[in-house]
Amino acid sequence: MSPLVLIFLLLALSSAAYFFSQRRMLRQTRNANVARLNSLPEHFGTLGAIWAGAPALLVYFVWLIFEGDILMAQVLAMLPDPESMAATRELLIGDIRNAINNPMSYQMASEEVRMAADRYHELSQTATLALTATCLSVFAICSALVLKFLTPRVRARVRVEKIIRGFLLLCSTLAIFTTVGIVLSVLFEASRFFQAVSVTEFLFGLEWSPQMAIREDQVGSSGAFGAVPLFAGTLLISFIAMLVAAPIGLMSAIYLSEYAPAKVRTAVKPMLEILAGVPTVVYGFFAAITVGPALRGFGQSVGLDVASESALAAGFVMGVMIIPFVSSISDDVITAVPQAMRDGSLGMGATNSETMRRVILPAALPGIIGGLLLAISRAIGETMIVVMAAGLSANLTANPLEAVTTVTVQIVTLLVGDQEFDSPKTLAAFALGLALFFITLVLNFIALYVVRKYREQYE
Amino acid sequence: MNPTKQIVSGLARRQRAEKRFRLYGLIAVVLGMAFLLLLFGSIVTNGYKAFTQTYIELPIYFDPAVIDPSGERNHQTLFSADYWKLVKTAVYQKFPQVNGRKERRELTRMISEGSAYELRDQVLENPRLIGTTQHVWLAADDDIDMLMKGYIDRNLPEDERRLNDRIIGYVDSMREADAIERRFNTTFFAAGDSREPEQAGILGALMGSFLTLIVTLLLSFPIGVAAAVYLEEFAPRNHFIDLIEININNLAAVPSIIFGLLGLAIFINWFGMPRSTPVVGGLVLGLMTLPTIIIASRVSIQSVPPSIKEAALGVGASRMQAMFHHVLPIATPGMLTGTIIGMARALGETAPLLMIGMVAFIVDPPGGFTEPATALPVQIFLWSDSPERGFTERTSAAILVLLAFLIAMNAAAVYLREKVTKRF
Repeated sequence: MSPLVLIFLLLALSSAAYFFSQRRMLRQTRNANVARLNSLPEHFGTLGAIWAGAPALLVYFVWLIFEGDILMAQVLAMLPDPESMAATRELLIGDIRNAINNPMSYQMASEEVRMAADRYHELSQTATLALTATCLSVFAICSALVLKFLTPRVRARVRVEKIIRGFLLLCSTLAIFTTVGIVLSVLFEASRFFQAVSVTEFLFGLEWSPQMAIREDQVGSSGAFGAVPLFAGTLLISFIAMLVAAPIGLMSAIYLSEYAPAKVRTAVKPMLEILAGVPTVVYGFFAAITVGPALRGFGQSVGLDVASESALAAGFVMGVMIIPFVSSISDDVITAVPQAMRDGSLGMGATNSETMRRVILPAALPGIIGGLLLAISRAIGETMIVVMAAGLSANLTANPLEAVTTVTVQIVTLLVGDQEFDSPKTLAAFALGLALFFITLVLNFIALYVVRKYREQYE
Repeated sequence: MNPTKQIVSGLARRQRAEKRFRLYGLIAVVLGMAFLLLLFGSIVTNGYKAFTQTYIELPIYFDPAVIDPSGERNHQTLFSADYWKLVKTAVYQKFPQVNGRKERRELTRMISEGSAYELRDQVLENPRLIGTTQHVWLAADDDIDMLMKGYIDRNLPEDERRLNDRIIGYVDSMREADAIERRFNTTFFAAGDSREPEQAGILGALMGSFLTLIVTLLLSFPIGVAAAVYLEEFAPRNHFIDLIEININNLAAVPSIIFGLLGLAIFINWFGMPRSTPVVGGLVLGLMTLPTIIIASRVSIQSVPPSIKEAALGVGASRMQAMFHHVLPIATPGMLTGTIIGMARALGETAPLLMIGMVAFIVDPPGGFTEPATALPVQIFLWSDSPERGFTERTSAAILVLLAFLIAMNAAAVYLREKVTKRF
């Protein structure tokens, strides 16, 4: 029986347990020695199903998680001379796995690997049988316990609700697990990187050329892992983006909230928000195919040398992407300023624009700054636009007409394609990811704190 | 000068400033709209022609000597026969005046190399074709397609063009004979990826995206709703719950590429899940979408008036019953709205999928969750890298398809929000 059939069987058995427990409780109450059920029949049904089915399901999943590794270890232990077959243990395991899953690789594999694959097949068939037997016997034992312990006096509702509550809590802690997973995975690989390259070289080095030597005596054999050009490029592009997004986003929020007639507002606002819903890969294509060549052509016509992957094109398009983000946050913040402040200023004879510039904007400033910080963090972490429209080679410059590269571009270029998890080249991507995560985390923390403080001020 | 005069003299200046300020606002709005128009305009003009494709009519003689010399109609023989030879013969016959190796090669190059497979499929489906002559419309090569769509400038000097005068002459003569025409491009919707633009389609990518989104939905919707219910209704106020809330808010702002790194390190390297597959992509996107769904679901639960819950509690329901029987059904449309918006974002997401290897060149549409696949935005990224003009056009067309899906999803979300959601 394959594991897939087994899980459906277990689920079917559990639902049978649901109906059985429910019926049984109703029958027992009719037999007069019990006055009434402690809870509704469906609570008893659910409790019966959980008691009978949950342990078997737990066994099933734990088994499947560990089965592959244990079987592989056994297969490796059986091989006469594993060291001679491949460079590393991981490569050997990869070969065997390929031979198991793919008939083509099986044909091409060496004699020993084929033998290992055959052995794995045999073992896994036995294991599946054992799994089926274990799960079904666990289910049988638990069902017997249900028969013994599930009586009409059991406080079924309270117990079921406790279990559901535990499940709900587990679901909400997934957010913590995700964060921990991100931090641990990035930290672990980054620490391996920092064993090969010192932290100071990474943070302050001015040169980035992450190739590793194939031979020892190769020219330029030691790769350079100084990330300053990447940070500089990221900042340059984000700065250009904010130069586009901040004034346009802020001014359109002001216009839409203070000046525009209601009809215009309801028509224009959703249309601006379409800009936020467009996938970033579309912006990247737009930057690479339309904006980049257009800027280059314009530069040539006025005698400027614009790189075809200039920071300006990527930054400009990224700015367009962020406009709705800035404008919707500014809009929230501006409308949150109490009407009394507006009325007071207008009552003193100030014009609309004077009210806006001298009263509302200063009052809303913390919120707007928080919003801009969130926008910057989004610009720094944005990937597809820069991958498609910015350069690949690290270039330490402040000239927006030249090609620069960014942290995210380098992560993508280092990790797309063949990966070797023992070379600093691949691990460098995780070090960059760590830096990126840390920077955006700090920005978000500050921004969320500022925005919350600001909201509290006017509540 | 008396104060009144001072005020009056300043008034004109202040009103000019007011007008200027208003104008700046208007300019900002107009610029924003202009960018939107420019973006959509450039993609539509680049891409709408990819929905048609140039086809060339050829009288193909299904020569038994080439296809099935033994006459046994053996499947293996029919499958591996040299159908390209049929195409070549037909083209040479159509232009009998052309001689010489180079010229003849130019002739055959006008037909897409994939045509041989199309003929093969026709023969396998209906072996009675063998021995007959049929007028078959075959896809033209992408250069011919570009010429028919007007992307190749005939006025350029010959050596700067992708097609020389001879080939343009052939095309024009076929056009006069109505043997070449543009038709709806079914290949684009029915085929997987290909190195040849005229054979490339988005079906594989669409399937990949679909499978990925199913995994994403299965992971993020139940868990997101459960988390929202817990945090809104059952969570005690303590530091642990604060920690959860801070985490959710921060995860919503973590760059998507970081989730890709998580998927690569944890799911692929640690759990040993297969690379490039919808199941890993779906898990990564699910974790990414989770905060969005939790936040939207919480807002939706908050918007249910407390009186409903209180009434349920008042007639003796437990908190769990009040929640699941009364509050949750009312909050469901709002939760679905948030979920659809989250799914739309996941559908357009590219960067994390690059990290977990969903960028491979994959011809066959995936048949399951653990088969290598690519997704629609990744396909767009892959095609945008190709130098051929035909791929630029198809990239834009794929973007149009992607945008159509996103618009449909967002429209569904708006409909749910406006029409189905109960207001009190």
